[in-house]
Amino acid sequence: MTRETTVNLLITLLLLGLPLVAAGMGEPFYVTLATRVVVLALAAVGLNLALGLGGLLSFGHAAFFGLGGYVAGILATHAFNAEPLFAGIPGTTSMPLIWLAAVVVAGLVALPIGAISLRTTGVYFIMITLAFAQMIYYFAISWPAYGGEDGLSIYVRNAFPGINTAQPLPYFLICFAVLMAALLLFRLVEGSRFGSALQAARQNGVRLAAVGIPPFQIRLVAFTLSAMITGLAGALYADLNRFVGPSMLSWHMSGELMVLIILGGKGRLFGPVAGAMIFVCLEYVLGGITERWQFFLGLILLGIVLFARGGLLGLLSGKPRHV
Amino acid sequence: MSEPILEIRDLRKSFNALKATDGVSLDLHPGQIHALIGPNGAGKSTLIHQISGSLAADSGTIRFLGQDIGGLDMAARARLGLARSFQISSLAQEFSALRNVMLAIQAKEGSSFRFFRQVASDRSLIDPAMAMLERVGLAARAKVPAAELSHGERRQLEIAIALALSPKAFLFDEPMAGMGPEGSKQLTSFLDGLRHEAPMLLVEHDMDAVFALADRISVLVYGRIIATGTVDEIRRDPDVRRAYLGETA
Repeated sequence: MTRETTVNLLITLLLLGLPLVAAGMGEPFYVTLATRVVVLALAAVGLNLALGLGGLLSFGHAAFFGLGGYVAGILATHAFNAEPLFAGIPGTTSMPLIWLAAVVVAGLVALPIGAISLRTTGVYFIMITLAFAQMIYYFAISWPAYGGEDGLSIYVRNAFPGINTAQPLPYFLICFAVLMAALLLFRLVEGSRFGSALQAARQNGVRLAAVGIPPFQIRLVAFTLSAMITGLAGALYADLNRFVGPSMLSWHMSGELMVLIILGGKGRLFGPVAGAMIFVCLEYVLGGITERWQFFLGLILLGIVLFARGGLLGLLSGKPRHV
Repeated sequence: MSEPILEIRDLRKSFNALKATDGVSLDLHPGQIHALIGPNGAGKSTLIHQISGSLAADSGTIRFLGQDIGGLDMAARARLGLARSFQISSLAQEFSALRNVMLAIQAKEGSSFRFFRQVASDRSLIDPAMAMLERVGLAARAKVPAAELSHGERRQLEIAIALALSPKAFLFDEPMAGMGPEGSKQLTSFLDGLRHEAPMLLVEHDMDAVFALADRISVLVYGRIIATGTVDEIRRDPDVRRAYLGETA
């Protein structure tokens, strides 16, 4: 077992153990806090696929996060009001259906955004993805049917067959299981032929094209897959807060997801998880002391970028293995 | 003579006022090594870029295996069987030598949209890739990241990747560049054996290698081919002697 695997295992145990203990001690707040870690980590696992493996600096992943959230909110609202969505299709409060819809919508939106954005690289790619996300953000703000600037409340958390989702711990466990599934998927994709091509596209796109693999197609599929995972996280996030608003779509959110990855370790399997743990801890602990907690987050980020490029996982487990 | 595998007609490419490729026509025939020589800045690499598809020509045609490939991108041309090496090694730096070659094997199989089977244990990629590394004498360094290979080893790796594509034609851009005399000699005899696998368009400054290998030589000066012929014809050509060989002799 490599050192990184050990660290990953410890992170998993910590993330699963703390909420169990908190629930046992009758502290549901900490269970909810851990759920926030899990869901943000899931969103960042999605981004990590594009950013970490593919080197695609998407500054617009909030679009997919927010879309997932709005899919959950809109479907739940229609079900709650017993109004059909359109063409007689009813809303739903079933989580599996909502997740499916969130993943499909995020993917369908990511495909054209990716197809256009991936014609550019570097700073232009960052700006184009940002621009698309902001377009969706302003669209949400100006659409009064779904709350506009005020967002949408989900009055009762959506349902999962056989599990009482209204309780913090069962909902945490659902989110945790989804995160684990996403991490497994990430690991499989990373080691697959597609993953090889994607990482080669990051290291040297010309080399990839020279052996006959079109980098554009590889990147587009990765971008879309990445958006789908982040969209799923958005649906879970909306259910966690029982609310979805335009802030989920804003560029702050895109930046936050990038920060999580850099904190934890870019391109590392558990980077987003470690990053989300640090982020939520800082937000909670420092946020309790001062409103200006993000100043200290900035200092930490600065330290990591200057002295520990591999993020927390890089510090704990050394250089990534070469394969 | 047999049908050329690669047929270039009146290719032109300008960068502002500079005519980097000025009406180049050239044929590459089966079983041949066709060397392209010329002084620095003659436009040799620019020509290779246009043939491989990393640079678009302004006008002219490039036919490969009878098909006009002018509209195809680099990846599509590589899939048709046009394998190139780069003047400055261009590798996936973080990948091991083996993974670099495995990438070429997977590309040849056209199987890059597989998401689950793990390449690290995929014998159908590892075994043929290893065989290619053995052919170029790099098997002992298979697990070393490309970034940590020596200059000469990277050149060998470039060749192994090109071989792994089982191409219909090789485009080699100064494969000997920066290699010591011993390395050049070894590579020369290696390339000599390759001509029967696929014809080769070879850009090279090492004249010993060129004269030893080439079936035909074209001399490129200021974007124009001033002479094409056998080794002896080129050695005797007065224009060539004046424009090129004279400078180095």
